[in-house]
Amino acid sequence: MAKSHVSTTVNGDPVEFLCDAPETMLDVLRNTLGLTGTKEGCGTGDCGACSIIVDGRLVCGCLMLAVEATGKSITTIEGIGAPDRLHPVQQAFLEDAALQCGFCTPGFIVAAKALLDRNPDPSETEIRYWLAGNLCRCTGYDKIVRAVQHAAAEMKGQPA
Amino acid sequence: MTAETGIGARVRRKEDVRFITGRGRYTDDINRPGQLHAVFARSPYAHARIGSLDISGAEALPGVVAVLTGADLAADGIGPLPCGWMIHSRDGSPMKQPPHPALSQGTVRYVGEPYAVVIGETREAAQAGADLLDPDFQELPANVDTASAQSTAPIHDGIANNLCYDWTLGDEAATDAALASAAHVVELDIINNRLIPNAIEPRAALGDYDAGTDMLTLYTTSQNPHLARLVLSAFVGLAPEHKLRVVSPDVGGGFGSKIFIYSEETVCGWASKRLRRPVKWTADRSEAFLNDAHGRDHVTKARLALDAQGRFLGLKVSTIANLGAYMSTFSSSIPTYLYGTLLAGQYTTPAIFVEVRSVFTNTTPVDAYRGAGRPEATFLLERIVETAARELGMDPAELRRRNLIPKDAFPYATPVALVYDTGDYQACLDKALALSDYAGFPARKAAAKARGKLRGIGLSCYIEACGLAPSRLAGQLGAGVGLYESAEIRVNPTGNVTVFTGTHSHGQGHETTFAQVVSSRLGIGLDQIEVVHGDTSQGQFGLGTYGSRSLAVGGSALMKASDKIVTKCRKIAAYLLESKPEDIDFEDGVFRVRGTNKAKTFGEIAFAAYVPHHYPLEELEPGLQETAFYDPQNFTYPAGAYVCEVEVDPDTGITRIVKFTAVDDFGQVINPMIVEGQVHGGIAQGIGQAMLEACRYDRETGQLLTGSMMDYAMPRADDLVNFDLDVVRTDCTHNPLGVKGCGEAGAIGSPPAVINAITDAIGVRTLDMPATPLKVWTALQAGSAAAKGS
Repeated sequence: MAKSHVSTTVNGDPVEFLCDAPETMLDVLRNTLGLTGTKEGCGTGDCGACSIIVDGRLVCGCLMLAVEATGKSITTIEGIGAPDRLHPVQQAFLEDAALQCGFCTPGFIVAAKALLDRNPDPSETEIRYWLAGNLCRCTGYDKIVRAVQHAAAEMKGQPA
Repeated sequence: MTAETGIGARVRRKEDVRFITGRGRYTDDINRPGQLHAVFARSPYAHARIGSLDISGAEALPGVVAVLTGADLAADGIGPLPCGWMIHSRDGSPMKQPPHPALSQGTVRYVGEPYAVVIGETREAAQAGADLLDPDFQELPANVDTASAQSTAPIHDGIANNLCYDWTLGDEAATDAALASAAHVVELDIINNRLIPNAIEPRAALGDYDAGTDMLTLYTTSQNPHLARLVLSAFVGLAPEHKLRVVSPDVGGGFGSKIFIYSEETVCGWASKRLRRPVKWTADRSEAFLNDAHGRDHVTKARLALDAQGRFLGLKVSTIANLGAYMSTFSSSIPTYLYGTLLAGQYTTPAIFVEVRSVFTNTTPVDAYRGAGRPEATFLLERIVETAARELGMDPAELRRRNLIPKDAFPYATPVALVYDTGDYQACLDKALALSDYAGFPARKAAAKARGKLRGIGLSCYIEACGLAPSRLAGQLGAGVGLYESAEIRVNPTGNVTVFTGTHSHGQGHETTFAQVVSSRLGIGLDQIEVVHGDTSQGQFGLGTYGSRSLAVGGSALMKASDKIVTKCRKIAAYLLESKPEDIDFEDGVFRVRGTNKAKTFGEIAFAAYVPHHYPLEELEPGLQETAFYDPQNFTYPAGAYVCEVEVDPDTGITRIVKFTAVDDFGQVINPMIVEGQVHGGIAQGIGQAMLEACRYDRETGQLLTGSMMDYAMPRADDLVNFDLDVVRTDCTHNPLGVKGCGEAGAIGSPPAVINAITDAIGVRTLDMPATPLKVWTALQAGSAAAKGS
């Protein structure tokens, strides 16, 4: 079966890749593009560990076919911030110890950024419902919720 | 410097920058050149004989490199997976341990049991090969039920009644006498529900054999890589210990399920040696549900004897524990020495007797899951105590208070073999009642009732035995290994430090906590300390991380190693400063001749040790590196009091936790921020067990009905609230840090608090976990039907 040629944008960079029809965006990110920050926890869209942002929408990378990336703009955890320039959500997760084993963490940070992009001032209830698509087995969510509130406050305090 | 970063400081976790930027390195993130992919063929039946297995079709598929079966495994001398803890029955006979081959040999005994592996150039090719395997399965009768397992058809040849052992602990005659003479006897039947761990990172293994050096490197998701190497080498026969390197890089949660030695890592290592190419396997979530060791699954009858004043006189417990189809690595010890020994709880009950029958069923093996035996003991005890209070018409807090071990009674020997070193249970309870505004509950209940809602409040006073374990005692009780821990401190010539620990961090934050301990002892900054774990080629040996042992045992080893470093530094400093070691003070990283300004920094001493031009070479070796092993004298005994408050919607049964209060005594706390997180996570898992998580098998076919995240509910952000925490501090008396361990407390203390609260809200005596809305609603309907009928 011929591979498909896909032209897309990942973390702001133009990217081209070849993929088989059944390959998911998650497969291509991890195995073809070497972006292993996005994790597979279930492969069925239930855990959110593979959360990415596609044209501004929060998407499970395991539920998106790689060929669907054509012409889209994709943001992964690697595109949100780096150790020397952390995004405010990452900074808040760091300061508040909102992670333990770290495996679900990229998905939570991507999801939290997507929330704050659309709702800069979410209530605790809104945060809890928005993040309900992401499973964490370590933290009990307490510090994650507080970190998102913390990040929201920091981001509001910054000039637009 | 160290006051801000040392013991007790809320320091940011050193490991987090890599995790929050997607730079963590987990097993599945590792790939090796020429790597093959393994896909396991798994039994679709709960119990079947494999008549014949034709592998030729799969072997002929393009991209398939090999198809290997249990016969190949046996031919290569790869032995069965052992259970590492011998339990003896009450008649003195040893437990019945059936062989557990890594690939089944002739009979499959649970749905998901691997019977062959297909190895392909790609995962897709291997999967296509596995899909072609169609053995001649001859189905046999299957049983998945715990309570009836002793009267169903034998699962293993030669093991009558499917009974592995019939174990007892305590004084039966004294307990019977207490029950016979008691003013009140409370009876309760308890089911501790079966759970599926579901660490978010699926298990994975990558075997990489180098024929040039005859070295097998196994990357795997293990909580205890050194122990994995020991078992795979000494018992399974995968490779000699010095020719086997086990690497557990970043590991995405374990909760017990990644302690054990499983088929898949064994097979990937073996296949890599056979095929001379790297072989990788990563579980999909379905495999994790089917094959990762499950947790709990007890059926228990208990009787508590009380005198007329509500003092506990005796407790008699009879439990059937489900082991699943085979004995996982530590499975035998969980329902015995980690369960029966905890049945005194925080109370002065003078006579306790427990009998445990562990049985085989056609289900996934069952082993330690967060808490491991201690949640089962705590749930039983705190449910029966709560029930007693209700039947006696007493305030549950007052009944508990009347029976708590008093603060001045430590060390306290229980009738079930433990000696608690320290605690202040009264203070924990008082603080939890105050923090939860227990006194104000009646008003809140009335306000809820006015809104048409039912409020309930529930308590739980837990204790756990952790810091596993004194090796001599563990050996007497049947353990196959010692349970000490090791630490090594290598001071580099420039004065910074690399620390090696035999424990393993998979979320616990050891890279920070252990660095804080070293920072406090050596007076150097956290940024000067690197903590290394998870690679048997780097650290010397260790037993790994489980049972809340890492800081109590591994941290104590680190203290010993630090002290050895300081002792040697003192000698070097004395030589350099022309003084005597006993006249050298060490504070904040500076060695100083007492009462003078003559001083050398830690870094200067390190440099002198590695560039020994001016150095006491006649008396001291150059270099600065020390190793220490620490074997604990006793278990540690974290304890606490939890209060859960719930609100039930009587029309739907939907139950919300409105307030959850936890007061814990962990002794000395190194990093409060990390400890809070551990408690939060434990409480969430306990709430999951109490309200959401139910592993279900079909009773007729033995199929796992809850085999996906859509069918097995785990707590999500919208199910929970923020938790109210506080601490009481009584330091452990027998380890140098005074620490007790905090990893499992939340999961131990919370389930009975939740169920006590829900049963209080809806006015029923018993309610099995998980208390789903349907179950709560059904119980309410039954209650109102009974009320109408009377």
